Amino acid sequence: MSWTIAIMAGVLFGTGTYLVLQKLLSRIIVGLGLIAHGANLILLGSGGKPAEPPIIEAGTAGAYSDPLEQALVLTAIVITFGITALLLALAYRSWTEQGSDDVEDDTEDRRIARAVLRR
Amino acid sequence: MSTMATLPIVIPLAAAAMTLIVQRSLRAERVIGISASIASMAVAIWLLVKVDQDGAVVVAVGGWAAPAGIALVADRLAVLLLATSAVALLAVLIYAVSQKSTDEELRGFHAVYQMLAAGVALALLTGDLFTLFVAFEIMLTASYVLLTHRAGGTDTRAALTYVVIGLVASALLLTAIGLIYAVTGTVNIADLTVKLDAVPGGLRSGLGWLLFMVFGIKAAIFPLFFWLPDSYPLAPTPVTALFAGLLTKIGVYAMIRTQTLLFPSDGPVTLMLVIAGLTMIVGVLGAIAQKDIKRILSFHIVSQIGYMIMGLGFFTVAGVAAAIVFVVHQIIVKASLFLVGGLVESSEGTGAIDAVNGVARRSPWIAALFLPSALSLAGFPPFSGFVGKLALVEAGFGVGSWIVVGVSLVASVLTVFSMTKIWGGVFWGEPTGRRPLPVSRGMAVATASLVAAGVIIAIGAQPLVEYAERAAVDLMGEGTYRDMVMGVHG
Repeated sequence: MSWTIAIMAGVLFGTGTYLVLQKLLSRIIVGLGLIAHGANLILLGSGGKPAEPPIIEAGTAGAYSDPLEQALVLTAIVITFGITALLLALAYRSWTEQGSDDVEDDTEDRRIARAVLRR
Repeated sequence: MSTMATLPIVIPLAAAAMTLIVQRSLRAERVIGISASIASMAVAIWLLVKVDQDGAVVVAVGGWAAPAGIALVADRLAVLLLATSAVALLAVLIYAVSQKSTDEELRGFHAVYQMLAAGVALALLTGDLFTLFVAFEIMLTASYVLLTHRAGGTDTRAALTYVVIGLVASALLLTAIGLIYAVTGTVNIADLTVKLDAVPGGLRSGLGWLLFMVFGIKAAIFPLFFWLPDSYPLAPTPVTALFAGLLTKIGVYAMIRTQTLLFPSDGPVTLMLVIAGLTMIVGVLGAIAQKDIKRILSFHIVSQIGYMIMGLGFFTVAGVAAAIVFVVHQIIVKASLFLVGGLVESSEGTGAIDAVNGVARRSPWIAALFLPSALSLAGFPPFSGFVGKLALVEAGFGVGSWIVVGVSLVASVLTVFSMTKIWGGVFWGEPTGRRPLPVSRGMAVATASLVAAGVIIAIGAQPLVEYAERAAVDLMGEGTYRDMVMGVHG
């Protein structure tokens, strides 16, 4: 795996994780997108060095690049795209229902916190 | 013969497409959906018998032999869980169709339901890590839609937790697969059993634990279970029953598959047993603190996952076989408990323990359906939970892991305690309040048949345990799985 790809994947995972831990749902969704991109980059980098196109003609047996991981990445991108669209639709519905984009605290946590305060 | 192994995936996919075509007519959708589920169940049971007699069925998809192409591998473990999940899928579908305010009023309920079935079948049958990822995505995307389609108010927000957790887990799974591919150059499980041997120890166990953690999020092990009790109870009863019975167990299946084949260990894995013990205890303590039937049962899902991880953690044929038996028992019993909880809710109007009393006197038949499943969950003889727990305890004694076996027995006692809480709160006492609402016959029949399936597991315990042992031998035997898969041409 080349250094560029490895460092880029690390940056994407880092910023993505930071965004997922935020309070606003829109930021969480962007963060998830970044994490997914990081994963895709790792997958893309897993195939070894870039080389000739993977077309084997009669009589040539040179070093050609690995086509499999590119097929895998394409599949993964399509899946991520679909689920992100679904997630955005859900976030929009939640926004129209509640009028805010904030992720609330866990109901159980709030119940316990109230019980502690009352004591 | 080999086409039969693709049918459990193809039938639901075709049915999903057909229900979308006939969307105008709810009756046509129902006929297609239910007949597809019956057909899938018939195929799964046929495979269950056939694979045991003639050995695993391997299909090279597109005619490319493994490891170049994608292989579908119907071995004993896969078909056993396939048949069990087909039974649960059919019963839950009948329950969903018979409800009064039906979930299927949503456009495309049947299509999504069949997609979920296809995802489950693909996850069980695939012999390829990346296809496993795709199968999980099919299954989870369908589950996102089922969970959120009826949610209103604050429920959408709570359901989003489930979707976000699912996405994070998927990204990590993809990362794990990418790293494994970078190290070995293959994603075929049979090929990996050999190629991973050449990987240095530290790197190899890092990859193993990464996969364990990813499937642990999906299976809801300690400390990664927090999303489950918040999101599952939100869904309509049939959906919750299906999630409770199936989805987490597919995570456990993926764990059993990958850990035994790719990252085998010579003896018990202490860290896994510690996680198993904590999952059992924390889950059951969470259940005791709850006051609603569905929330109690949701925490029990977590607790019971611990037993399966314990069986896997022993890393012996007996341990893995016991874990497989326990998964089969849980798929049926957990789904039937949630369906009974739904019956209580629809006849009394609520599932809060404080608000409902005396169901045993008012609707004794609901109590009669609850009792065998609850006793089975707690592990009373002669029910199916006892069979699974006995096998686990014996396997634990076999490797001398006394502590975790003791913990599991303590968790069992606490399970009994929380079941008596439901029983005492909901079923006993004087009936109060208004008259119970009528419950449709289809819901009752669907629940009763699933409870009956649980009893059949208990009666057929001996053959089931032997089958699971043969399945475990397939997994644990050196090179057995590889020989099954490699060199099979389409």
